Amino acid sequence: MSHNTLLVFEVTILVLAIFLGFEVISKVPTLLHTPLMSGTNAIHGIVVVGAMLVLGLAHKGPFLWIVGFLAVVLGSANVVGGFVVTDRMLEMFKKREPPKKDGE
Amino acid sequence: MSTNLANLLYLITIVTFILALRYLSDPARARRGNQIGAVGMVLAIVVTWVKIGTTSWWALALGMAIGGGFGATAARKVKMTAMPQMVALFNGVGGGAAALIALGELHRILPPPGTPTLDISGAIALSGLIGSISFAGSMVAFAKLQELIQGRPITYPGQKVGNLVLLAACVGLGIALVAGAQDQWLLWAVVAGGALFGVLFVLPIGGADMPVVISLLNAFTGLAVAVGGFELENNVLIVSGMLVGASGTLLTMMMGRAMNRSIANVLFGAFGQVSAGAAAAAAGDGGGTVRSASAEDVAVMLAYAHKVVFVPGYGLAVAQAQHDVRQLADLLESKGVEVSYAIHPVAGRMPGHMNVLLAEANVPYPQLKEMDEANPEFARTDVAVVVGANDVVNPDARNNTGSPIYGMPILNVDNAQTVVVLKRSMNPGFAGVENPLFYNPKTVMLFGDAKQSVEKLIQDVKTL
Repeated sequence: MSHNTLLVFEVTILVLAIFLGFEVISKVPTLLHTPLMSGTNAIHGIVVVGAMLVLGLAHKGPFLWIVGFLAVVLGSANVVGGFVVTDRMLEMFKKREPPKKDGE
Repeated sequence: MSTNLANLLYLITIVTFILALRYLSDPARARRGNQIGAVGMVLAIVVTWVKIGTTSWWALALGMAIGGGFGATAARKVKMTAMPQMVALFNGVGGGAAALIALGELHRILPPPGTPTLDISGAIALSGLIGSISFAGSMVAFAKLQELIQGRPITYPGQKVGNLVLLAACVGLGIALVAGAQDQWLLWAVVAGGALFGVLFVLPIGGADMPVVISLLNAFTGLAVAVGGFELENNVLIVSGMLVGASGTLLTMMMGRAMNRSIANVLFGAFGQVSAGAAAAAAGDGGGTVRSASAEDVAVMLAYAHKVVFVPGYGLAVAQAQHDVRQLADLLESKGVEVSYAIHPVAGRMPGHMNVLLAEANVPYPQLKEMDEANPEFARTDVAVVVGANDVVNPDARNNTGSPIYGMPILNVDNAQTVVVLKRSMNPGFAGVENPLFYNPKTVMLFGDAKQSVEKLIQDVKTL
């Protein structure tokens, strides 16, 4: 694929992703704003994939090694921290037994 | 692994992220959604690792162990009350990673005769700028919430103009980079300028508004990641980053709406700055005095009431008093008092904060009343107990058009027979806005740490 064809394709999915992003959370209750913020925070941890690709080129010079390594450290912290924090928040929303009804 | 196969597997990751977001909008399925997203993330990491091969595998392993280890430890150890700053921290490091990727990519492409195409150099400049703003801004938000620096807005003359000039300079440098002055130092300058802008941009925003700021910076990081996808020609980065960019933007606007304020007002209003005029007005009207009461007095009031409503706020979170409040509530219930909790949607530091804390203390769901449900009930409430809440019960939001929080929907605790306010001292709240509720003749103050005060109340109610 030529560079320009690829670019047009990339822009297309970018624009579709914008609408999808609006659509999937358009009716979220206030109650879940915090976990949702935290959850999207975990998802952009995907940046670690980019960081890995940069570190994968480390043999081309020490600068790429340093930058890539730091980016992998930061990206991994984002991924793991993001998902764990979100999970801990959502654990609080687990279903509990309804209180005993009268006459039981 | 072929690029096509890798992209197909990345597509699975994208689907898991979309499902995760979708499920996160529903309390019953939210946790499952988050787990599905995590599985997708692991898949993307494995695919990428296979793609890279064994080159620098030990550096990858070491970097992941350090970053992942830090993330897991910090996220596990943090108390529920400190969650907001944790989100800020993890958001910041993501932005930092995006900026580093931009630096790395430019360095890889640049050695002669390499010249990046316009779109690639544009993407590099943009993700360097947004990533560094998000990194530095999130760190300031973290410091404010962790109370390493003061939460009140920090303002000085010429602030907005100065920030605007700085941002314009960064954009100018970025354009120069794209236009052909391809020098790595230009990108370093963009990144450094972006970081400085991030700091200066968040400093004037009051601590009470940090959740909205974090949400916005979260969207920024998403955008930086999406743009990074263009540099690396990687679909999973483009789609996932932009999903976060778009949903984060919408979420930011929804948070603003919950507080009845525009995003512009949050970002540039220096909200909570105590202006001389407003302070004078507060001191002038009524010139009321504050009544303070002992725990014994309050205990009697509570034990002989028919209906008691607890109104939790950030003070409860800070003091970790949720378990004690529940104990007190149970005790009162055993004495035949009708007990409920009135939850303001933005009480605490994040929307939904109080629901999370009270859920942790196993408060029965039917006792939790949302604002619309709680407000009509105050008229037949004997005692409203405000535990460390301030702005969300401030009658100025209803009555005083000059108040910075005018128009925000509040809990009308002043409709109750008596209001008991548990508060550390008479200092204005986190947002720094005066609260006439404290001067209301119906109100009595019980000064002290919320946890200790509630513990004392439990003791005293028991002896009655």
